[in-house]
Amino acid sequence: MNFGLTEEQEVLRSVTRRFLDERAPMATVREIMESPDALDEKLWTGMAELGWLGLIIDEDHGGAGLGWVDLVVLLEETGRGLLPSPLISTSLAAAAISEFGTDAQKQRYLPSLADGSAIGTLAVLEESDIVGPDGIALSGNPDDGGYRLSGTKRFVHDAVAATVFIVPFLAGGKEITLGIVEANAEGVTPKSYATMDETKRMADVAFDNVLVSSDAILTGDGTAALARMLDLAAVAVTAEMVGAMDKDLEITSQYAKDRVQFDQPIGKYQGVKHPLAEMYVDVETSRSLLYYAAWCVQEQPESLPLAAARAKAYASESFVRIGIDGVQLHGAIGFTAEYDIQLYLKRSKWALPAFGDADHHYGRVASLGGY
Amino acid sequence: MDFNLTPEEETFRDEVRSFIQEHLSPEARKDPDLMANWLKSVREKRWVGFNWPPEYGGGGGGIMEQVILKEEMSKAGAPPLGTSMMGLQWVGPAIIEYGTEEQKKQFLPDILDSKYQWCTGYSEPGSGSDLASLQCKAVRDGDEYVVNGQKIWTSGASYSKWIILLTRTDSSAEDKHEGITCLLVEMDSPGVEVRPIKNMAGSSHFAEVFFDNVRVPVKNLLGEEGKGWAVTVSALAHERSGISEVAGLISQLAQVVELAKRTQRNGRPASEHPGIRRRLAKADAMIEGMRLNGQRFLTKQLKGEKLSSETSINKLHRAFLAIEFGELALEIQGSASQYTSRPDDEDDDDLGRWASGALGWPAVVIGGGTPNIQRNIIAERILGLPKD
Repeated sequence: MNFGLTEEQEVLRSVTRRFLDERAPMATVREIMESPDALDEKLWTGMAELGWLGLIIDEDHGGAGLGWVDLVVLLEETGRGLLPSPLISTSLAAAAISEFGTDAQKQRYLPSLADGSAIGTLAVLEESDIVGPDGIALSGNPDDGGYRLSGTKRFVHDAVAATVFIVPFLAGGKEITLGIVEANAEGVTPKSYATMDETKRMADVAFDNVLVSSDAILTGDGTAALARMLDLAAVAVTAEMVGAMDKDLEITSQYAKDRVQFDQPIGKYQGVKHPLAEMYVDVETSRSLLYYAAWCVQEQPESLPLAAARAKAYASESFVRIGIDGVQLHGAIGFTAEYDIQLYLKRSKWALPAFGDADHHYGRVASLGGY
Repeated sequence: MDFNLTPEEETFRDEVRSFIQEHLSPEARKDPDLMANWLKSVREKRWVGFNWPPEYGGGGGGIMEQVILKEEMSKAGAPPLGTSMMGLQWVGPAIIEYGTEEQKKQFLPDILDSKYQWCTGYSEPGSGSDLASLQCKAVRDGDEYVVNGQKIWTSGASYSKWIILLTRTDSSAEDKHEGITCLLVEMDSPGVEVRPIKNMAGSSHFAEVFFDNVRVPVKNLLGEEGKGWAVTVSALAHERSGISEVAGLISQLAQVVELAKRTQRNGRPASEHPGIRRRLAKADAMIEGMRLNGQRFLTKQLKGEKLSSETSINKLHRAFLAIEFGELALEIQGSASQYTSRPDDEDDDDLGRWASGALGWPAVVIGGGTPNIQRNIIAERILGLPKD
């Protein structure tokens, strides 16, 4: 029994933090978030060179061949720094192709995802906003061994930057099937919206008679593959949430030590220190649930659905409160656009619905628990 | 990161499991001598005081083995390994850490053999959360201390043979944590008087204890005179570690879930109501969080690091759940939750069964440090906020 990080994982954490402190401090984050794609090419290349983009891709396909606990360590750090980048999206696309792709698909996509020349994302949600198999209504009409897709995927993370979409659809209107669709395929049109969290990008993607050829279909049972991908996505988002919550707590604790009112630091008042203590309890408990889920991904896959649901549910509920308390404990200064704490509140708003909110995942905990 | 057991640990787990199968078979559970037989056989296994040094009758078990033993016992709903609960939980460990050779020989075997109960004389009417302000006075007189003062909220005082007592031997010290002395006092000493207090759930588990010129031999001093605070801090840390609680919480949750499934609310099982489901699921996630937090603390211990204030995290979760389970059960029951008795011809087992939990939570929530004290501990000792 060992619930600790390895030395290599500790090194990964400190290298990541140093890189982000140097290359993407908050001033840079603010510059990137104001650019159209919220993507800094140089930074993206730097991330590729450090091996982050192919962290979980095997070495034969240009990746680092590491596991999900390693990825979670990395994502905690990018979450702390609110780094705007399609790292989660591209890692999930890489995971989908690694786990369910044919050899040819792996060779075609994984090396370019690892070196950053391709950017992937999952396009799951539709008009119903249902996270899960019941939400898949996009129909694929059989065409020469492949399928033609017509319809819209909504709330797709990093859709404008993405070059490759992983798209679940109903093959012949029946079985859930996962297809790979390239962004430059004929009939694919992203439709961009401004988002509350300016460090993240989302868009709807219209598919107009788009061809998914037979060699672009992922293998295996599509419903099971979709369920697995949604669990992985929940773990990845939770990792960024835990990092962001931790930083929110750090910023707010520091403010409580520095800010003087009534002739003493406000952190001396129990009305301030108790919510901070509650934040700590929730950050650490979320982190425990997260690490266990990350460990389950490869070591105990049958336990992943419940572990991921518990982690995403608990962390989502926690982050929402931490986001609000962080701003509130700052007082009026926390309300200003200039102060960073508000960006963490906005991140909590992005993270809550991402791949299932607290209510969705608590519902899964109840169902998986047999009640 | 690896949550699997090593082959040696698995072997030990199997040993515990087969022991449980043998000694707690359905027939054995019906035996009127179950408890006596059980205590004798777990003692022979040296599983009582499993982590205590072998020279004092302990089992010398490693940290992982202790955890496995506790988990398997809780999962099986096994009887406790001894009946001297406070003796096993913190009086014994405190004596091992601070006691004289003579004290170890006198007290440790008796605790392991469940010979009698210990109670804990910490709180006073004027010293609850601010425990270090305690005033119960002990004055040295030759080979004895003379104790005068009062303790309160002393659980089990009326049936305990010994009390671990915090007294003040020096009121001049500038720091109130100095000048506190820990004494081991026999409850039938002349001048000790116990007055039980009835709690809101109707039972009298705790009491006031009065000391009127009680004479305590100096050989019953635990640790150094004036340095009793250290003894207390280590004892309270034992109380807060809480790893073994998780299996109990899992079984409590399962009981509330079953109640929700068999209770109709608004024409369907309460377990189908979204609000109830979400609260049950939240409790489930929190308990799993506690289990995993406990494993993170355990990993620290296995690396030889000492646990400190982080154990307050699980104490806060524990407090939330103690209240939440009672509240959930009452809400599921609806109007029937008000009935705390049932007529003989009524066969609804749920009537009255949940009220004691809904009223009994303060024992868990307040005992060992209130939630607000735990929040102070986290804020000041971990987050580094200024002391108030």
